Amino acid sequence: MAPRQRGATDPAGERELLSAGDVARTVARMAHQIIEKTALDAPSAPAVVLMGIPTRGAPLARRLAVKIAEFSGVEVPTGTLDVTLYRDDLRRGPTRPLEATKLPEGGVDDKLVVLVDDVLFSGRTIRAALDALRDHGRPRAVQLAVLVDRGHRELPIRADYVGKNVPTARTEEVHVLLDEFDQRDGVVLR
Amino acid sequence: MKPLILKGVRPYGEGEPVDVLIRDGVIAAIGDVTEEDAETVDGNGAVLLPGFVDLHTHLREPGREDTETIATGSAAAALGGYTAVFAMANTNPVADNEVVVQHVARRGREVGLVDVHPVGAVTVGLEGVKLAELGTMAKAGVRVFSDDGHCVHDPLIMRRALEYSKALDVVVAQHAEEPRLTVGAQAHEGEQASRLGLQGWPAAAEESIVARDCLLALHAGARLHVCHVSTTGTADVLKWAKARGTQVSAEVTPHHLLLTDERLATYDPVNKVNPPLRTAGDAAELREALAEGVIDCVATDHAPHAVQDKDTEWSAARPGMLGLQTALSIVVETMVRTGLLDWRGVARVMSERPAEIAGLPDQGRPIEVGEPANLTLVDPDTTWTVRGAEFASIAANTPFEGMELPGTVVATLLRGRVTAVGGRIRS
Amino acid sequence: MKHLLSTEGIDPAQATAILDTAASLKQALEGREVRKLPTLRGRTVITMFYEASTRTRVSFEIAGKWMSADVVNVSSSGSSVGKGESLRDTALTLAAAGADCVIVRHPASGAAHRLAGWLRAAGTSVVNAGDGMHEHPTQALLDAATLRERLGDLRDRRIAIVGDVLHSRVARSNVHLLTALGADVTLVAPPTLLPTGVESWPVTISHELDAELPSLDAVMLLRVQAERMHGGFFPSAREYSISYGLSERRLKLLPEHAVVLHPGPMLRGMEIASAVADSPRAAITDQVRNGVHVRMAVLYHLLAHEEENA
Repeated sequence: MAPRQRGATDPAGERELLSAGDVARTVARMAHQIIEKTALDAPSAPAVVLMGIPTRGAPLARRLAVKIAEFSGVEVPTGTLDVTLYRDDLRRGPTRPLEATKLPEGGVDDKLVVLVDDVLFSGRTIRAALDALRDHGRPRAVQLAVLVDRGHRELPIRADYVGKNVPTARTEEVHVLLDEFDQRDGVVLR
Repeated sequence: MKPLILKGVRPYGEGEPVDVLIRDGVIAAIGDVTEEDAETVDGNGAVLLPGFVDLHTHLREPGREDTETIATGSAAAALGGYTAVFAMANTNPVADNEVVVQHVARRGREVGLVDVHPVGAVTVGLEGVKLAELGTMAKAGVRVFSDDGHCVHDPLIMRRALEYSKALDVVVAQHAEEPRLTVGAQAHEGEQASRLGLQGWPAAAEESIVARDCLLALHAGARLHVCHVSTTGTADVLKWAKARGTQVSAEVTPHHLLLTDERLATYDPVNKVNPPLRTAGDAAELREALAEGVIDCVATDHAPHAVQDKDTEWSAARPGMLGLQTALSIVVETMVRTGLLDWRGVARVMSERPAEIAGLPDQGRPIEVGEPANLTLVDPDTTWTVRGAEFASIAANTPFEGMELPGTVVATLLRGRVTAVGGRIRS
Repeated sequence: MKHLLSTEGIDPAQATAILDTAASLKQALEGREVRKLPTLRGRTVITMFYEASTRTRVSFEIAGKWMSADVVNVSSSGSSVGKGESLRDTALTLAAAGADCVIVRHPASGAAHRLAGWLRAAGTSVVNAGDGMHEHPTQALLDAATLRERLGDLRDRRIAIVGDVLHSRVARSNVHLLTALGADVTLVAPPTLLPTGVESWPVTISHELDAELPSLDAVMLLRVQAERMHGGFFPSAREYSISYGLSERRLKLLPEHAVVLHPGPMLRGMEIASAVADSPRAAITDQVRNGVHVRMAVLYHLLAHEEENA
């Protein structure tokens, strides 16, 4: 398949915001930022865990962990945190299937938990994630990492690590594509 | 009473339309009739039949006048084309004595829309233990005895009832249901009941009693009438018994001719009845048996029930269905349209045979000059849609709700007097 | 999904979705301090039990409470039911009082179907928690959940249901559900405890337990419902136990991996030997545990989505 041009619109009305290479570079940059901001490689570093929010936050968290290990030598535990049961919009659509919640070994108590998601939009998913996290323990602090921040926040929530800020219209859809689910990496606007 | 002319009617649905003159309650002339100052009913080629006779009606009075009274039930009967009905004994108090049966007969006469013949109980309180005073009730005019709703299950009691009835020239009508085989029974025992988890009412519970009673009747030399035959097996037993010379007659209800236990899937107790709706195979066999005369007649088992006794969970609901105003149409649908019966056949199963079985001298008579004018005029072609709420009955528990059925009653005449015409009561 | 009235005719995809949700819920709650999810906050769930029951009622109540629904229990004693109020009126009253979901256990087959009809206008969901001899769909779902945990996919698995099939709503619901999930079901019972017309069910019929055991993946024992017995369905408890009880000898005839289920309450000694009931092959306590998760899943599928226009 020919490499896709960034910003090009294909016949299906799809515009590429990040290419596969961009995704890899962005994840790497975010890994560096996490190491820096949490002072992960300092002797007095806090215990950091990455909690991916399914579906696509989960592999992103694992990819970040791989990069963090590569850059800092520190193995950061990862887990997944399904927020479906905590959503406030369940009655606005068909029944949502549940995803897995898997806490890292040692749980989240007194850890610095970095929530990882693909797209930050209204903030409602993160609100649900904070509630879910509370039921699993008492982290020392919670931070948020997202690959794309597309704006239109409805709650006072902001990300600590943002891969790319993308101005969007509310009606547009931002899709993060990951090899694990979509057979390719990229971010597209539909 | 003014003379009446039925204009353009076809007796038994045969031949060209003729006029029928009725004077003083009797058929005075058939053919081209001229009569000054006569009331006329326009037949438009409708079928003229002898007035229908229902051997099996629940009028609920006395006891449950909130569901039906002798007045409302008589109106339903007249609108359904009936000129005589037999009011079952399971009232409250039970019609097991002359006082109650005389009361029912008197109320029927006062209403005057249909001949109301009280059925007397076979046993005191329908309890199946002690014979009721059949002789006293027979003297009060009772022609048919039945514990309907309950089976006279004790073979010795049944034998005595059959024997005793011989001297009275009356008939014992059995509700055939072996009680030990139907404890808690809710539905025809078969695939459907098993699927729905409803306790089964096995066909053999009916058939075994019918077989037993046929043997007892033959032994006693007595007459037996079998209520609401519902199974293929019962039809087979009747055929066998009749071939052996048993004096047995039998009735089938319209609902057993048309409906099957497929309808139970909704658990709506409007379909709950006793005996229960059976299989499609049974319904087909019952139609054949009626056509062949193995089953003698159609009887409605008209059973009004209050909403609170029907719109419940299945097992809490009372069994029974309205029938008087739909019987003709169901017979047309199941027997006439299928070619199993012609209109002579309809006259036989709806009027002549039931009148004979009950020994009514003035019902089910031929349509001839000099005969009593108990007549029903039927439009065979018009269809109508069943609406229980529009029935004359107080209750509305019809399983045929919303069905489009063929055949309407144009007019009903009781001894020359129009009791119903154009779907309205004339009192 | 608006109601759960039966497993007959259930879409296998729907059944699988409920079982998957139950498994996820179980996993999500495992090892947690706070076994409470906010999912059904503000929803009102009413249990109406017209028959004595401990495990099913408690299981539904816990399921509702763990999902943060407001759960109200109504029993036939100590309510207007005891004063002769009809099922219809009681249901309409509870719906008017704001029930989003009514969970009903009733001795009349079809009671849950009738309730769903009466409550159509109110939009209330109905869960059948056992209706007469008809169905007990959540029991079948928890049985299937337990079997899936032990056996994985149920396709082509051989499962025997043993005992009083005639009176058993558990048997009916399991026949429909397990066959929908692709299992190969055999009913083992004396002819007196099999329903008329059972030949038309998608199952194999057997009267010989010993002959079936060696090829089974699971054996499900039914309760012998003494309270429904009028008139000797079998000669004696002793003969029943000899013919159909799961003894230690019979346990040895089962393959190593085979699972033993019982919906409870058990008649130890007659239906199942104590040693069998307490053996690791028996999944009886798993069934109870999974019951909560399955019922949570059912409530989730009924109540946590947009209104369906029924």
